[in-house]
Amino acid sequence: MQGLFADYAADPGVFCEMRDAALANGDDARACFERLDKLSLEELRARAREAESQLYDLGVTFTVYSERTAIDRILPFDVIPRVIPAAEWAVIEAGVRQRVRTLNLFLADVYGPGRALAEGIVPAELVHSNPNFRALMKGFRPPHGSWVNICGVDLVRGPDGRFLVLEDNARTPSGVSYVVENRHLMQRSFADIMRDLPIRPVSDYGRRLHEALCETAPEGVLDPHVVLLSPGVFNSAYFEHVFLAREMGVPLVEGRDLVVENDRVFMRTIAGLERVDVVYRRVDDDFLDPEAFRPDSLLGVPGIVRALKAGTVAIANAIGTGVADDKAVYAYMPRLVRFYLGEEPILPNVETHICREPEALRYTLEHLEELVVKPVGASGGYGITIGTRASRAELEACRARLLARPEEWIAQPVIELSEAPTLVEDGIRPRRVDLRPFVVTGKASWVLPGGLTRVALREGSLVVNSSQGGGSKDTWVLAERRPPASRAAAPGRVP
Amino acid sequence: MSRLLARWAECTFWLARYVERAENLARILEVQEVFARDLRGAADWKVVLDINADTERFLAAHPQGPTADAVLRFYLIDRDNPTSILCDLRAARENARQLRPLISTELWTHLNVFYNRIAGLGAAEVGEHRLARLCAMIKEGCQTHAGIAAGTLYRDEAWSFAQLGAAIERADQTTRLLDAKLLAFAAREDEEPGSAADAFYWMAVLRAAAGYQAFRRRHPRGLEPRQVATFLLCDSAFPRSVAANLGIVAAELERLRRRYGLRRAAEVLERVEGLTTLLEPRPLDKVMAREHGLHELADALQRGLGAIAIDLAERFFGWTAPAEPAARAAGSIQTSSA
Repeated sequence: MQGLFADYAADPGVFCEMRDAALANGDDARACFERLDKLSLEELRARAREAESQLYDLGVTFTVYSERTAIDRILPFDVIPRVIPAAEWAVIEAGVRQRVRTLNLFLADVYGPGRALAEGIVPAELVHSNPNFRALMKGFRPPHGSWVNICGVDLVRGPDGRFLVLEDNARTPSGVSYVVENRHLMQRSFADIMRDLPIRPVSDYGRRLHEALCETAPEGVLDPHVVLLSPGVFNSAYFEHVFLAREMGVPLVEGRDLVVENDRVFMRTIAGLERVDVVYRRVDDDFLDPEAFRPDSLLGVPGIVRALKAGTVAIANAIGTGVADDKAVYAYMPRLVRFYLGEEPILPNVETHICREPEALRYTLEHLEELVVKPVGASGGYGITIGTRASRAELEACRARLLARPEEWIAQPVIELSEAPTLVEDGIRPRRVDLRPFVVTGKASWVLPGGLTRVALREGSLVVNSSQGGGSKDTWVLAERRPPASRAAAPGRVP
Repeated sequence: MSRLLARWAECTFWLARYVERAENLARILEVQEVFARDLRGAADWKVVLDINADTERFLAAHPQGPTADAVLRFYLIDRDNPTSILCDLRAARENARQLRPLISTELWTHLNVFYNRIAGLGAAEVGEHRLARLCAMIKEGCQTHAGIAAGTLYRDEAWSFAQLGAAIERADQTTRLLDAKLLAFAAREDEEPGSAADAFYWMAVLRAAAGYQAFRRRHPRGLEPRQVATFLLCDSAFPRSVAANLGIVAAELERLRRRYGLRRAAEVLERVEGLTTLLEPRPLDKVMAREHGLHELADALQRGLGAIAIDLAERFFGWTAPAEPAARAAGSIQTSSA
């Protein structure tokens, strides 16, 4: 690279999305960066400023509310795209499909016959004592066996270039609006760069989601009324709720807009109550129905679980999916893939040592300085020990906890996330990235050919979360080029 | 297609109302600059506070009294004053935020940018000397909103509720503009009705309502107070008159009843018709003959418009009982000036 990227230096020992994937992998991926390379840094900055002002005007923001007043904050957007060559995407797509199939089979099993538990694939107490296990869903059978209608699978890639699953998000994954909006921004500011490149479109998401949701409607409903249930304008993902409701053309409702009468869900309209058949809820289980879960919830709809059980309404994602995307169960996912599908996992897990198993515990104790030790179950981010950064006293405390209750812990190696060229104050520098593809499942699964690439804007940081100064990039998934004949027939068309 | 969500009907109603309110407040402030200055050049900004019934609140926050700069900041950019233009626009924007799935991106973006512009104004930028330019900018922002709404909003029930909100607010504000004149003039003991100064004030009212040219088409000569008042109240060809806006309210209610089968619209229509009779020539003559007749009429119209808004809320926005302030705060973001 002679121009824009001339001074870009990828870190040794780290996989670089430009150097090691795009430039090494076919003409189209290379062309993306060769075109960008022709821009000057000043021009790139000018276009970045333009994109940022568009975001600001559009109010594409995270909403952070203090006591007195609303503050809208823009999710930082990096204009240098992340490019995924067609061959790599084929692996990702097959891998996340396999993952979602397994999650759905596992949930059907957990709330059904319990085979995986009976056969000891997953310890039964891990499931039944899990705070996200919803006993009231026992015996529930969603249409098409789809418990997880919308899934976001967090992927990272290590130094060898293989994609690994870091986390399954099977509850209410967010971020898809940024995938589509980031593309719009790029199309407005980088149309010249993108022209004729086989970048797969992401604009189809709303239609696909609406279709899948309609497919989950209760039997006999011909023209399902779908609504999107949001906690409201104070929710940090409200912008996304708006986006999805608009894309699908469905009402964006809050708990107070819905009412349950005779085990049916209705929406309050200017002409009285109107029936609702499918609820795409962006409200967590705990807050969904004060009758069934937290009685103090004001966000939910009293009685909606009754309606669900009476079969008059569908709720997506299903209640109780949190037991499947839990850290504890995550460790067992490769075994579950083999158990249910008789296949090898296409996308491996990050190597995980399940400390309840003696062998794994011994390994963990011996390699404490190199590992990340995480609690399983309810505690969330609390209690993580990063061996490479912990003090001697912290390591000893960790060791004591492991020995006292090994079943509450897992251990993983520290992953050196891959990096991508990113525009920062002092030029274009490598920054770490992850990838969240989205899978929509009704009768069958569809994978959005794109995904949310989050980028850690701080140098050396491995944390890509937006709350930790993370930003996002447009993700260009490339299509296989058509044979030359058809290209000649439709010049300039993006396949 | 689903029927319109009750909350969205309420939000479209208030979105339109708040933008209309901001525009009218800009109009009142503009003309008040004229009122506030008597012939000796001393300024009395207290009148503006009186018209809006804000005197007490203002003095609690500003014990030094109503200086021009303090009053202008209070009405333009004070985040703690719920009747400031900044708060109007913020409320409009929060209602629009709830309506994002329904309204065009253009409508939202414009309001977002407009609000951010006003929110970014510093105290130094709202002095008396910049008032005219600032008011022009605010009026233009509000008019642009109305234009984008007219050009992009889908013509379903939501459109009717937006029209209802705008028309009710505009009618209400026209009565306030009239009141502003009456109060301002009553405060000056040295000037007689019918004097040159009086005519000057009436002209200012007409200009604030963007009605001077229209008034001249109707009355090529003269500037009788009675003519101006009748024009602002009753001339249904003048878009800011009370009569014209009551006409819009009636037409939209009729549309909701006929096209969308909302039978309860007919109940509200009865109240609108009752209010319209106050503007008929003969009752109006009697009103004008009394000493404070015009002020009383303005009051009655304001009360009636407030009652129409409550009628709508009870019938379409899901209010079950006359709402307490606390219960209303829990609904969409709104306050009523009625």
